Amino acid sequence: MAIECKNISYIYGNGSPQEIRALNHVTLTIPDGQFIGLIGHTGSGKSTLIQHLNGLLKATEGDILYNGESIYAETFSMKSLRSKVGLVFQYPEHQLFETDVFTDVCFGPKNLGLDDEPIRRRAREALDLVGLDASYDDVSPFELSGGQKRRVAIAGVLAMKPEVLILDEPTAGLDPRGRDEILDQVAKLHREQGMTVVLVSHSMEDVARYVDRIIVMNHGNAALDGASKEVFRHYRELEEIGLAAPQVTYIIHALKEQGFPIADDITTIKEAREAILRAMGDKT
Amino acid sequence: MGIIKASKLIYDYIKRDEDGNPDGTRRAVDQVDIDIEAGSFVAILGHNGSGKSTLAKHMNALLLPTEGTIWVSGKDTSLDENLWDVRRTAGMVFQNPDNQIIGTVVEEDVGFGPENIGVPTPEIWKRVEQSLEAVGMTMYRHHSPNKLSGGQKQRVAIAGVMAMRPRCIVLDEPTAMLDPNGRKEVIRTIRELNRAEQITVILITHYMEEVIEADHVYVMDDGRIVMEGTPHEVFARTEELKSYRLDVPQVTELSWQLKKAGLPLSDGILTIDAFVDEIMTLYKKP
Repeated sequence: MAIECKNISYIYGNGSPQEIRALNHVTLTIPDGQFIGLIGHTGSGKSTLIQHLNGLLKATEGDILYNGESIYAETFSMKSLRSKVGLVFQYPEHQLFETDVFTDVCFGPKNLGLDDEPIRRRAREALDLVGLDASYDDVSPFELSGGQKRRVAIAGVLAMKPEVLILDEPTAGLDPRGRDEILDQVAKLHREQGMTVVLVSHSMEDVARYVDRIIVMNHGNAALDGASKEVFRHYRELEEIGLAAPQVTYIIHALKEQGFPIADDITTIKEAREAILRAMGDKT
Repeated sequence: MGIIKASKLIYDYIKRDEDGNPDGTRRAVDQVDIDIEAGSFVAILGHNGSGKSTLAKHMNALLLPTEGTIWVSGKDTSLDENLWDVRRTAGMVFQNPDNQIIGTVVEEDVGFGPENIGVPTPEIWKRVEQSLEAVGMTMYRHHSPNKLSGGQKQRVAIAGVMAMRPRCIVLDEPTAMLDPNGRKEVIRTIRELNRAEQITVILITHYMEEVIEADHVYVMDDGRIVMEGTPHEVFARTEELKSYRLDVPQVTELSWQLKKAGLPLSDGILTIDAFVDEIMTLYKKP
């Protein structure tokens, strides 16, 4: 059970003088239950790629398989794909439109043609998953804080009961606490519901803290793809393509250069703290 | 008195019901006193909804105080006759570059402001050139803004403000929508303007790494100034910052956690070099 991209390319304005190749022969598999970070600078093809995963864009070349079945086959139901692969766009709070939080979250399941009872149940569950209890149900989405609005928007996608959740820069513009609230909720969904998550992010610190695997996009290619520690080990290559490793990685490398005994694949503060204390402990 | 000074500044947003009738108020800025020295680089930190943008909008009279006073270059912003002087002293740059660019060619966009205030044409061109030079965008002068990256667009927006020859630029989360490269470009540009042109910079942000080189930092919470000082002084109070929903840079956080675990490190370490120095000194101690 997985999403498999087989040699997909996408060209904007295909055939016109301004054509731009946004994806260039990308092959990758997103297996069930992984938490994946998708990174790359603006224009690297990240957003184009994720819009292929739920069929919003159709590859110019190549094929995409969902659970072994080509999503471009005539018999394949795009509608069911879109409910299984939930996509949360950038600034999703701009898409809130109902008069209260609960009705807004009901919109998706209602469109699936469900009965009233299951719609209400799903909306309630989805709001619980993002940590908004019943006291928010009747509040206008526009009276909420930025982080809360965004959680309502994510609940709207969760109410579709997706198997895969894709979030395009879900923390852009949020303050540090708002960022932690969203990412902690997403990590919990991954942990407790076994949901597959693809997180598009500019923040290497966030990616290092949460994901199992990182895919780095550059010029429409998957330039690096591997476990987070592996990918951040290539921090010089990341810099060449306009990215960076988390600050803590640079701290570790600077210490190591001075002769401090420490492993060079550390990417989080927690690991750094433990490794430094251990090394200091040996001294005394 | 500094170039921007506020005394007991209060701003209340008026809530309205569905028919547009006033229905209570919400205090967004509460008894704020600030005094910003000309030529300095000042950062205002605070979480979403802390009142920092509302305060910023007072600095060029986009909002007028409900109570208290704010003076820009010594002029009270609430007096009608001061409006143009205030706006000419303090230029604003906002979060979304796409909302600030109107020209179809970069140089036209930059020239829009001075043209509007009746600057003679030769002088407009001079200003356009100098402004684009100052933000490092001269080679894009004939480009269409919509083909530029986010960071480049934001630099064009800054050039547009620079062409008005303000003494002070207020930037309201100018990097929030940019990728790491764009963010670096914009911050580098702002610092350069501050250093080379002695423009007073007021940077509103919640990215802590951007304020490390500021001369002075204010932290806002619930409409009030709750902390202020040099970056070093403010970041040394890690726990307090966290209580205001803010973060410290990873190197400061790591030092703080190690200190809590018993290593004798200084408070408020801001740079990797300083951190490595202290750790190595401890490590080499017999």
